[in-house]
Amino acid sequence: MTRSRAMLPYVVWMAIFIVAPLFLVVYYAFTHTGFNGAEFTLANFQRVFQPIYLRVLWRSVNLAVASTAICLIVGYPVALIMAGNAFSRKNTILMLFVIPMWMNFLLRTYAWLTLLERNGALNQLLMAAGLPTINILYTDYAVVLGMVYNFLPFMILPIYSVLSKIDQGVLEAASDLGANKLVSFWRVILPLSLPGVVSGITMVFMPALTTFVISRLLGGGQYTLVGNLIEQQFLVVGDWGFGSAISMVMIVLILISMAVMSFFEDPEEGTTLW
Amino acid sequence: MVRFLQRTYVFLVFTFLYAPIAVLIVLSFNAARSRGVWGGFTLQWYVELFQDRVIMSSLYTTLFIGAASALAATVIGTAAAIGIHNSRGWQRRLVMNLTYIPVLNPEIVTGISLMILFVFAKMQFGYVTLLLSHITFNIPYVILSVLPKLRQLNKHLYEAALDLGAGPWYAFWRVILPEIMPGVVTGLLLAFTLSIDDFVISFFTTGSGVSTLSITVYSMARRGINPKLNALSTIMFLAVLLLLVIVNVRQVRDERKGRKQSEQAQDLSFLGNRDAVGLDPERV
Repeated sequence: MTRSRAMLPYVVWMAIFIVAPLFLVVYYAFTHTGFNGAEFTLANFQRVFQPIYLRVLWRSVNLAVASTAICLIVGYPVALIMAGNAFSRKNTILMLFVIPMWMNFLLRTYAWLTLLERNGALNQLLMAAGLPTINILYTDYAVVLGMVYNFLPFMILPIYSVLSKIDQGVLEAASDLGANKLVSFWRVILPLSLPGVVSGITMVFMPALTTFVISRLLGGGQYTLVGNLIEQQFLVVGDWGFGSAISMVMIVLILISMAVMSFFEDPEEGTTLW
Repeated sequence: MVRFLQRTYVFLVFTFLYAPIAVLIVLSFNAARSRGVWGGFTLQWYVELFQDRVIMSSLYTTLFIGAASALAATVIGTAAAIGIHNSRGWQRRLVMNLTYIPVLNPEIVTGISLMILFVFAKMQFGYVTLLLSHITFNIPYVILSVLPKLRQLNKHLYEAALDLGAGPWYAFWRVILPEIMPGVVTGLLLAFTLSIDDFVISFFTTGSGVSTLSITVYSMARRGINPKLNALSTIMFLAVLLLLVIVNVRQVRDERKGRKQSEQAQDLSFLGNRDAVGLDPERV
């Protein structure tokens, strides 16, 4: 078929703007440019495993895991309720989850600055109610809150999509066979919803691990997360070799977590994003 | 009772999602600069917003880059989707994997790798690098919107057009393109919104003096709270709301029409084949 040639411009474009740049990242990660030109080195990777940088990595993984766990705990019941019959206009409810997701990410994060400030809306509300005020802005709590706020819909939508496709007959069969609601949830609904949970976790964990905006605006300190570290290397310090090496370690971390997640996936179902 | 609890829970989550936006909208009309007090209703921040040169010029940049990159990505992406649809085997797998790289790769990695490329090619950072980057991350989404429409397309339609004497280009313009148009338009709108919403990739690939709205918001928010940003948030929220309603109405309409159309298309292709036998001079 000659019509397959229509994808030629695209392939050339992607080779230049996606594949070649990734090779450049690998190249910079493994080379050191000295007086004799570029030479092969592993020094950049050795630096990544120094205690200060390992601590940043550990912290990023920790905060990302915490945000993902909170999203799952808060989001799963929402998906379950939406898939049930509590609401008659499901599409409208679904739409309501999508709308904030499409608002500018920066402005959504900025909104929390206004809310969490010392004299912000949240503390005003707490004071009016006679409750003690909270000051979590510029701490890890604020970073986790910002992540949960920004990524919660990414957890709810895939789980909802899987739950809403579960055959009602299976549930009837379970109850006919004597399972009460709890048992049928534990033995039927939960296992069937795992593919959705897996893609939800992936869709929350990945951006949470790599963000540098939320930590920069809501967190304290300069090297909060691995994303900030990479950003600093490229835009402030100018050490591309080290920046590239951290990026590669981050990609490997993501690939490992995706491999672990795919272990729990139903091999027949495959990944269903929505 | 259970239903009431369920609804309350979902309502609480909605409160969590919408409260920050609602607070920003209310504060955008607050005359008092300090957020603790309500100083009366004002449109002052909106006036200042539209008088702010930096914000307005980054708004134009955002809209220009969004429109230009969406158009370019739609042309390249639609062609690519047609190519992918008509290819088989390893070629198809290779190109599909290529398509998923920017979708799955962390944005920051796409951003820094493009930055390295542009430095490597000794390009000046600014509009051109920004536009190239936006086209790059937009094309895969256009492809993923157009491909399902191509799959729904009756494959005999194109052959029928050729049998009826249309050249390949004429057949594409008059037969294929109108059929896949809903997917193309969805891809275009998706690319436009993604481009407007992007921060990370723009942040690494723009030069001094050229900044998008997201970059301007980032640098303003880093300096603390600014009432003009509240006004901007309100306007952006309403714009997104409007766009999403349009896209959604389109989709619902397509789904309704889609079923009828595919039935019709089948009837037509049937007719087409029969007529083609009678009309094609070579066959007669």
